[in-house]
Amino acid sequence: MRAFIGIDLGSTTTKAVVLDENMDVLGRGITNSRSNYDTACKVAKYEALLAARFTLLQRGLASAVAAETRLEDFLGSLERSFRLGQFVEQLDDLEQTCLDKAKGERFKGREGAIAEAIQAIFVTLRSDAPALFARDARRKSDFFRDLAGSRFMAVGQQTAKAAGLSYDLLLNVYDKAIIEVENRPPSGEIREKLIGALDRLIELSPELSDLVADLAAPVRRALDIPAEEVSVVGTGYGRVTLPFSKEHIRSEILCHGLGAHMMYPDTRTVLDIGGQDTKSIQVDDQGIVENFQMNDRCAAGCGRYLGYIADEMNMGVHELGPLAMQATRSVRINSTCTVFAGAELRDRLALGEKREDIIAGLHRAIILRAMSIISRSGGVRDQFTFTGGVAKNEAAVRELRQLIVANYGDVVININPDSIYTGALGAAAFARRAVAN
Amino acid sequence: MNAARTVEVAKDSSMLKQKEMISGNYRKLENAVADGRKVAATFVPGNLNELIMCFDVVNNLPEINAIQNGLRKKTGGYIMEAEKRGHSEDVCTYVKADLGMIAKGNIGPDGQKLPDPDLLLLSYTGCFTFMKWFELLRDQYKCETAMLHVPYQGDGQISKNMISYVVKQMKEEVIPKLERVSGVKFDIDRLRENLARSAKAEEDFVWVLESAKAKPSPIDAYFGGVYYIGPIFTAFRGTQDAVEYYRLLRAEIAERLAAGQGPVTPAGDMPAERYRLVVEGPPNWTSFRDFWKMFYEEGAVVVASTYTKVGGLYDQGFRHDPAKPLESLAEYCLGCYTNRNLPARIDLIEQYMEEYQADGLLINSIKSCNSFSAGQLLMLREIEKRTGKPAAFIESDLVDPRYFSPANIKNRLESYFQMVDQRRAGGKSVPARAA
Repeated sequence: MRAFIGIDLGSTTTKAVVLDENMDVLGRGITNSRSNYDTACKVAKYEALLAARFTLLQRGLASAVAAETRLEDFLGSLERSFRLGQFVEQLDDLEQTCLDKAKGERFKGREGAIAEAIQAIFVTLRSDAPALFARDARRKSDFFRDLAGSRFMAVGQQTAKAAGLSYDLLLNVYDKAIIEVENRPPSGEIREKLIGALDRLIELSPELSDLVADLAAPVRRALDIPAEEVSVVGTGYGRVTLPFSKEHIRSEILCHGLGAHMMYPDTRTVLDIGGQDTKSIQVDDQGIVENFQMNDRCAAGCGRYLGYIADEMNMGVHELGPLAMQATRSVRINSTCTVFAGAELRDRLALGEKREDIIAGLHRAIILRAMSIISRSGGVRDQFTFTGGVAKNEAAVRELRQLIVANYGDVVININPDSIYTGALGAAAFARRAVAN
Repeated sequence: MNAARTVEVAKDSSMLKQKEMISGNYRKLENAVADGRKVAATFVPGNLNELIMCFDVVNNLPEINAIQNGLRKKTGGYIMEAEKRGHSEDVCTYVKADLGMIAKGNIGPDGQKLPDPDLLLLSYTGCFTFMKWFELLRDQYKCETAMLHVPYQGDGQISKNMISYVVKQMKEEVIPKLERVSGVKFDIDRLRENLARSAKAEEDFVWVLESAKAKPSPIDAYFGGVYYIGPIFTAFRGTQDAVEYYRLLRAEIAERLAAGQGPVTPAGDMPAERYRLVVEGPPNWTSFRDFWKMFYEEGAVVVASTYTKVGGLYDQGFRHDPAKPLESLAEYCLGCYTNRNLPARIDLIEQYMEEYQADGLLINSIKSCNSFSAGQLLMLREIEKRTGKPAAFIESDLVDPRYFSPANIKNRLESYFQMVDQRRAGGKSVPARAA
């Protein structure tokens, strides 16, 4: 497998895409950017290469398994088994790191009790782990920090109480340890870990045992195909920190332009609303950037605007869109300044406006700001592609559709479910092209 | 090695000369009261330096003070001071830097107190703010004001009527006031001598600007250019010092040109010229070095700029002419870049794009300068259409350090340079397979 990898280091998340020689996507990976781009880059790449392995497995096993659903079931179970193995491995690391952190002057006299408590917590966490990765289990997040953290807090409280220790003390140990663990990139070969996952599968999913037996050999054969990282290109705000030479770094403008072109070859205008910037890009029929405009001195109207509003409302950012969709009318929000919008929000609430109507107005405000950037870049040309994290927000999309139709008439509007990977896809295409040229 | 050393020394001699000239003028200003000399405050575009010199009046340029203070990172505090005194956030930051400096004791960029002006000589060449600025200064100093109204080139032409209108004002308004303030009688022959020196300096200056047509260009016509315009745009046009300065500069650049060298940057000689750009708009002064670095690190050279034409478009053939002294001063004022309409600005940029074989146009749009910024996006589109070359738009400010966002500007510039690369590669594309 010759792999061409693109990595997009965004302010919120880091994304990676693996392409094969034919420019087909083999795998995608995403992780939180933390404050450590180096680790984020490694994790995202690891995840994308893992996903690429699964694509290869799917291709390799298609002939061996007659029923497609059965193969999907098998691969899904294999992935869950892999995730469980990875999770337990990180739990072990976290436990050891917690134990290391619980030493020194502050803990004098209580070291034994604390160590016992930590070990007790991790016994529970490990025994709970398979349930997290069981078939149909619902996880709020796939990031280790979120999964381990919520369980640690729940179990830790009871354990501290039972042991007569301060819960805050345990939490403090955890807080210090998680940062270190989170910033350690995954170790070990994907191949070996997948073989381990295959071995565990019979135990985890006994109903698949006959399939596992049948597929063991073909899986190993598929895993034996070596993955050759031919070329890697980085993009995004964190790109300067990448340990790549200049030729392996591309601006996200170019990557978004090319990525959108690869998803929808007839794209001429691309709007990307990310965490910290909004960009409107005009591309030609080859995906080459002709013109672009970005928000400049101010981050008003970016994804972070919604994050701020969510914080003000004490909600999750993902809850904003659905709430706004319930609106019966849209309250006019004049301020495009993120902080002022917070003040306007409070003002409107005090005036008795409904939350959903205000939130709908805020979505309109962010899109109006984007419309201004679009017009400065030369307006909307058919086809129009919307990318970035905000493209996942249905209320933002609704406002955008309305305003595009009102201002530019009937144009095709593309929104890809994988639009968050647009920049990484473009970067991977540059990686492929660098080798082709 | 020897050649390099010679160039280094030669480079120093023009820079040292200019440094000496600037500090000499500040010394003259500081000592004006003691020396019994009168002081005129005036602006760069359309300045009448040769005429002012005829009356032994010392020239103080508030814009230059703001720029010098910007380079010395002093303007942030001055702007805050002006805002405290009621000037809004959107007002031209040259104005606020000047008013703030005055409010804080009028200590000039070199650390010495600047004298109060005896005359505010306003040559109005397309910037409405200049008029308001001097209104504020008049209120502050209660001194004599002379207003030279230069008609805007609304249809892109300078007519005979326009020239005679400006000349009439010089005769009836400007010269009598200069005589009254200075106590010196106007001597037209003295003006002719000054103008002859101007023309001489202008000749060498144009040669330097046009050296950028070579590949590689031996100069950066924007970041280096703002130094080269120093003497001719300010208190030195018409002096022997300016003649000397441009003679030295021309010799240095000629040497670089002959040696096939690129421009000198703060990090030394620029290694390889990768992008040739035309730039529209003034630079940012408070982060000037950082801004410049974003270009030379990428191998980007500015081969022509419009900002270096705000004090006159000598490269379009205009020269001060001793044979028709007042008429040529009028023509000079009328022809400044700030006094040109949008179509004329577009034509000029298009000409630069072609004559200097530029890869693209970059516009640095100034937040607090509406007279420059209005219409710039339209200009950008038109240039793209006419030349087929890529253009980019960045935003910053003159001397307000709050409006220079290095990460954003660098990001846009890098994107732009890569866009130029991509376009140059002629659109070698990748098949659109992935979805």
